[in-house]
Amino acid sequence: MNQIVHQLTADTAGELGLGSELEFELAGVERPLAFGQQFTDVKSDKDAMIKVAHGTTTLAFKFREGVLVATDSRATRGNIIASQTVKKVIEINDRLLGTMAGGAADCAFWGRVLGMECRLYELRNRKRISVAAASKILANVVYRYKGSGLSMGMMVAGWDERGPGLYYVDSDARRLENDLFSVGSGSTFAYGVLDAHYRYDMSVDEAKDLARKAIYHATHRDAYSGGIVRMYWIHKDGWVAYPLEDVGELYYKFHPEVPLTNAADSPLTLASA
Amino acid sequence: MSIMQYNGSAVVAMVGKNCVAIAADKRLGQRALTVDMDFQKVFPVTDRTYVGLPGLATDVKTLSDRFRMRVNLYRHREERVIEPETFANMVSQIMYERRFGPYFVEPVVAGLDKKNKPFICGMDLLGCLNYANDFVVSGTASDNLFGMCESLWEPDLEPEELFETISQCLLNAVDRDAVSGWGAVVHIITPDGVITRDLKCRMD
Repeated sequence: MNQIVHQLTADTAGELGLGSELEFELAGVERPLAFGQQFTDVKSDKDAMIKVAHGTTTLAFKFREGVLVATDSRATRGNIIASQTVKKVIEINDRLLGTMAGGAADCAFWGRVLGMECRLYELRNRKRISVAAASKILANVVYRYKGSGLSMGMMVAGWDERGPGLYYVDSDARRLENDLFSVGSGSTFAYGVLDAHYRYDMSVDEAKDLARKAIYHATHRDAYSGGIVRMYWIHKDGWVAYPLEDVGELYYKFHPEVPLTNAADSPLTLASA
Repeated sequence: MSIMQYNGSAVVAMVGKNCVAIAADKRLGQRALTVDMDFQKVFPVTDRTYVGLPGLATDVKTLSDRFRMRVNLYRHREERVIEPETFANMVSQIMYERRFGPYFVEPVVAGLDKKNKPFICGMDLLGCLNYANDFVVSGTASDNLFGMCESLWEPDLEPEELFETISQCLLNAVDRDAVSGWGAVVHIITPDGVITRDLKCRMD
């Protein structure tokens, strides 16, 4: 298996020049790719040295006006919340966005490599790269490391000559195209909301409401998602980022009827009353 | 993942000046999935003794019922209300009864005795008592609670100050724990009575 991977690596890297400057030192053992995997905790149920952050909710969908991308912002290490302000959207260039789920370092690094490859493509071919081609570069690059413990579930979204584009690429080098994706531990909850209310002919405001609602419900039910809702809209001239919305405040906005004991109006006089 | 983390929980008790407080979160989960946001983990034992039961939810329910039965039997036999320290020993005994197949709960007892002296104690799942004269913490957020209590607690807090302190400790602890939170309740036990308040909490 590893010999086949090595052969493919040598062949394709030479032909396409993908990430040709990247060289990772491999372990000096018989099966170097599998060596890395035994220290990596991909399923998050065993003790391993390299722990991978799994909790996430990310989503993206195409609609009449373009593509809407939304994420939560929580990072966890075990049950500890390491951060509530993570940026899970990678701004690859002014027309392309990536979302990260799974290993934060893997997504950030390979997202950056993708940015480099897209820029090189522009310089070589004097035109912008399509979303299809960009996502395929990412899939081809991660394919070289298949089986070595990379953990990522990314969406690549953008706008090219063919209009809005949306692809899902993961560390198994699986690459899918669709109108709607959600990735991460909270994706099942997000899919529930998205499938119930998604329409292609939404306005931008309707799309934002839907994305916010889907992320909010995912953060509410999934322990490993939370923090703030981050939204982007991709249209024909590029992407725009929207102001961040704190989930802690969204709950009380969506549920104004929640009764709360007002501490100030509640004196310590139970016995005498 | 340990069975102690399966449902997620956070309980803290604190001593003040002639008062004690006990607080808990309200989440019931199944690992990552939040099922209930109004799950009771603190139970009244007498008018001025409360017990907090963080841990496996099925054992929380079993134990709260068993404690109620044993406290009622005690009241009939002794013709008086049980003191917090006596109750803590009773809990310890009930826990150790299951030495080789324990309840997955680490109880916290808080109350005022007949001289209005504050009493708090925690214990492990086998019933080893841990007396304290400042605060005790338990549950999945216990590391976070230790940090908050060590920095915010001070001696001789009045009831309203104690409410503020224990609330801030609990809220900030569960906001850094993925599997507890989703609402919280605080009981302040004073010689004049108990005051119970719900806290506004992040719901993610």
